[in-house]
Formats: sequence, structure tokens, C-alpha cells
Amino acid sequence: MPNDGWFRKKSKFSSSLESNSGDVPDGVATKCPKCSQVLFKHELDRTLKVCPHCGHHFRLTAAERIEQIVDQDTFVAMHEQLRSNDPIHFPDYLSKLEKYVGSTGLNDGMVVGVGRIDGIEVSLGVADFFFKAASMGSVAGEKVVRAMETGIEKHIPVVLFTASGGARMEEGLVSLMQMAKTSAAAARVASARIPFIVVMTDATMAGVLAAYASLGDIILAEPGATIGFAGARVSAQASIQKPPADYQTAEWQLAHGHIDQVVHRKDLPGTLSNLIKLLGWEAPSTHADFEPAETISAKLEVGAQ
Amino acid sequence: MSNPTIIDFEKSIAELDSNLEKLRKIVQDRSNPQNTIELPLQIQGLEQDRQTILRDIFAHLTPWDNVLLARHEKRPYTLDVIAAIFEDFEELHGDRLYGDDGAIVAGLAKFAGRNVAVVGHQKGRDIKQRQLRNFGYARPEGYRKAIRVMRMAAKFNMPIITLVDTPAASADIAADERGISAAIAWNMSEMSQLPVPIISTVIGEGGSGGALGIAVCNVALMLEHSVYSVIPPEGCAAILWRDPDKKAEAAKALNLTSRRALELGIIDEIVPEPLGGAHRDWGQTMAPLQRAITAHLDRLCKLSADELVNQRYAKFRGIGSFFDESGAGA
Repeated sequence: MPNDGWFRKKSKFSSSLESNSGDVPDGVATKCPKCSQVLFKHELDRTLKVCPHCGHHFRLTAAERIEQIVDQDTFVAMHEQLRSNDPIHFPDYLSKLEKYVGSTGLNDGMVVGVGRIDGIEVSLGVADFFFKAASMGSVAGEKVVRAMETGIEKHIPVVLFTASGGARMEEGLVSLMQMAKTSAAAARVASARIPFIVVMTDATMAGVLAAYASLGDIILAEPGATIGFAGARVSAQASIQKPPADYQTAEWQLAHGHIDQVVHRKDLPGTLSNLIKLLGWEAPSTHADFEPAETISAKLEVGAQ
Repeated sequence: MSNPTIIDFEKSIAELDSNLEKLRKIVQDRSNPQNTIELPLQIQGLEQDRQTILRDIFAHLTPWDNVLLARHEKRPYTLDVIAAIFEDFEELHGDRLYGDDGAIVAGLAKFAGRNVAVVGHQKGRDIKQRQLRNFGYARPEGYRKAIRVMRMAAKFNMPIITLVDTPAASADIAADERGISAAIAWNMSEMSQLPVPIISTVIGEGGSGGALGIAVCNVALMLEHSVYSVIPPEGCAAILWRDPDKKAEAAKALNLTSRRALELGIIDEIVPEPLGGAHRDWGQTMAPLQRAITAHLDRLCKLSADELVNQRYAKFRGIGSFFDESGAGA
């Protein structure tokens, strides 16, 4: 059962956070990197890992994200066992992967599956930045495409939470081509008239931003998330002018017209549910033209629960 | 072509070339009988030496040597290729949104008797040209111009030929402001659905997303000494070893040569370059390139729109190197 596998793995997350996370370090307390307030871990857990003083959004593991977004016990992970080969025999790649498999309990930095948001079934993908900065190699690219294909097959919205340092250097051209592969798949989602919603989280960069992440019908972002094409250092080197203080933040991207909304973490489930419904994916008869009667009645039953 | 000497391993060749040239000038003076007998023999000997040395150098090229060849400033650029193997070229400017990017050239032309759209990155050779072309670092408006012209090609049922030669897409603040990421993403997405043949050739540098933004295609070709990479070797070395000087090691690790790209199934064919590299003989570079593109075009033009779109989709859908730990089919 994929479900069993998922929850078994999830239990590993609590320990992985301590060993791996740059954002929420060891022990019972941590310091907010933005406002420097000392925060207790149990306090952060209550606030969805948002600093209660300044609103800084700490990075989440994929498991934490899924717990916050989908209806309880509705998420079924898929394709969890996919693991990358070492197509170009890159120095130390396999040992690095092993390290991240050990620290996160995941096989790569992208978790996909099917779950419900406010009762509506969606094909969900969530990047886990703690797995090698969720860089996109063969596995992440494949899982994103499979999540899109699931959306098309089941005629359900595709919702992707992005985070990534970019294409994964260690798989060379094979990683680069995942940009084309995921972007081509997004075109098929669009042709099938399936809603495709992207939520950009910290950090969404380079090869992922310049591929499927930018192709959502709707693009949301978490406050303060770093979103940009090249790293800030490279950008500064390439630029004549000095970068503004808020360069490559979600707010800066909003101001420049590249995303639809910056949404506080506590509001994400509600915003997503509302958007999906406004796009016509509510249980009753709003898109009866597209669906056989039994599907609709099945949805009505779900709505009645 | 004058003697290109920017690459170290070419220096011995450059020396020989300059000696040969001197001898050839002397031979032209027929008043001295020595010039008609001994010197021509010497020249012949030197020419043979030159070939031997070149062959030896090119039999042992490192990936980094290939990077230097791909970046060679005497290498034919997009407009040189267009001038050589396309006819009646009409350049089309601007993205109709913001501006005209000199780093991407787009237009209509005739190729081997067919009307086609041609799109390619363009580098510059002198300071003025380099500024105009932004050193081949394409901006958002370049990608939007490219897709505008490709869309028109689809509308009039014309094949699309793209020529890739960029170190990377522009990464400055202005590019981010105008949506460089979205521009590349939308190009890849839309190119995947265009109902006409698309043939892309890396003629110099295939620099990551900046290259792919005009390279989603039915057939991917690479000139023999061009390179195609997920990240520039300098960047890779800086990230991996915190030392940009380890670029040669990074070039090796990245598998960015045409031979590796072919072995990995990323490209379909390598177009051979003359001995010594494309910059030494443009004519000998263009002829095989023209033949290769023509052959693929002849084949692709027989396919229906659906077949073209499906073949292109399958080509990229199938790229990935993974296994299923649970033993289920991957």
C-alpha cells in the first residue's frame, strides 16, 4: 500500500528535521532568522511554522506541507519508490543521494499523490527542499509529469507546491531535459482543460522556475519566499544596477506581474479550495458537460460526508 | 581565415600556418630557381606535418578543449550559418511587447527549396556587436520574439529551424523583472505543441535553459565540437569545489560533448566538423550541416501534424534515468 509507505516514512521526518534543517535547528528552541526572536518548537508547530512575531515562513518538509493542506487521512502517495540512477557517473552523486535518503526518509525531493482539499480530489505534488534543495533530476521531473498525467486521467486539478534550487547538476543534460519534459506535460494539462495551480515556496529558482513552476493557470506564493531565475549573487554580477532590498522575493515577483497572489500559510487551504471551486471543480453539476453521471453522483456522496 | 590563436593547443598550428604563409609568398617569386624546386617540397612537408599535428591534437581533445572550441570567436555564428545555407532571409524584429533582443535573431527564409522560419542565438565578434548581442545572453523579449515567429510559422505550415549558441539566458535584474523564467517556460511548453517540424542544432554553446528555450524539437543535432550543458563548467566548479578554476574537471564531469549527448539519447545526430574545428573552414562546416538538416526535414515533412507533435512529446517524455526500488516497472 502506498499509503502505508507514506506514513511509515513520515515518522522519520521529526528526527530528520533536527539533523538536516537549516531553518529549524536542534533542540526545543530556535531563533527566527528574520526578527531574531527566540521561538519554542512547540509554539512554531502551533503556528504552522510561521514566526508569531514577524510572520517569517519557515520551510516545511513535504510531509508537514501535506498535513497542512489536504483533508485528514486523504493523501495517498504515488511513485514513492522511484530513485535516480547516475546517468553521467558524476563524482560522489550516489553517495550524496544516499545521505539525503537517510536524512529525509524520501527517495528524492518531490512527493506526489492524490488527496482531497476541502473535499475536492486533486493530484498533488510537493517539493521537499530538505532533500538536496529539491533540485530537479530524472526522478523529480518524472514525478511532476506523472502527477500531471494523473490529473488528466482522473480529470482532477493539478496542484504543485514548488521549491527547488534548479536543475540537478549531477545528472547533466538529463536534468536539463526535465525542464522541457515538464513544460511539455504542462501543455497537455492545459489542452485537457484541467486546472493547474502552482504554489511557489521558499526557494523556487532557476531550472524549475523556468519550467513547470511558471506555467500554472494560477500562481500563488508564500510570503517572503525567494523566487528568481539566477541566484542573487549571479544576478548582481550580471547587473549594472544594485538589486533592490526585496529583489527575488514573492512580493517583488507580485509587484512585477509574475504571480497572482502572495498568500499567508494559514490561508492557503482556503484560497486553494476557493480557486478550485471557482474554476468549476466543485462536486455538484457545475461542469456536468464534461462528466458521466456516475462520477457526479460519486462526488455528491463525497460532498454529503 | 586569419590565424586564430586564442586556444593554447592551437598555438603550434598557428606557428606552422604563419611559416607556411611566408613560404608560399616566397614561392610566388619565380625569379629564383630555388623557389620552384626546393621550396614547394618544403611546403608540402610542412603541410603534412600540420595535418599530423592537427589530427593528433583532435584525437585527444578534452571536454574543456571542446568548450573552448565551442566558444571560439571565429566559429560560425547564427547569422553566418543563415548567410551560408539559407536564401532570401528576411529578419523579423521585436516581441511586440517590450523590445527587440539582439541576442536572438528570427526571421523567414528559404532552406533547400522550402519556406521556413529560422531562429537562433547570436553572439558578436567586436565590442560593438557584443554589446548589441549581449554576448549571446538572450533576454525575455528575445524568447518572446522567437515564439512569436514560430507561432506564425505554424500558422502558415512552415518548418522551423533553430540554431542554438548561447552561454546562458540573461540573468540580470532586468531579465528577472521582465520574466525571463516564464518566457523560457512558455517557449518550451508552446514549442512542444506546434504542428510543424522543428529541427534544432547546437552550433556553439548550448547553455542550459537559455538554449532549451528555442530547442524543443523533433530532431536535435549538434555540430561536432559544440557543447550542451545544464550549467557552465565555471559555475559547476564554483558550486561543487568552490573553485571556478576547476572548470576543466567540471567540463569532464558534466558530459557536455556532442558524443556524450548522443550516447545519452539527448540528441539524434552529430554533424561532423572539418579537422581543426568549424572556425578553420566554414564551407566544410556548412555543407554537412545543410545535408543533415535537409535529410531530416525531408523525412519530417511527410509526417502529419499529430505525428509531429506526438513524436516530439514522446522524445522528451522519455528522457530520464531512474529505477523503481519496489521492483515495479519504471
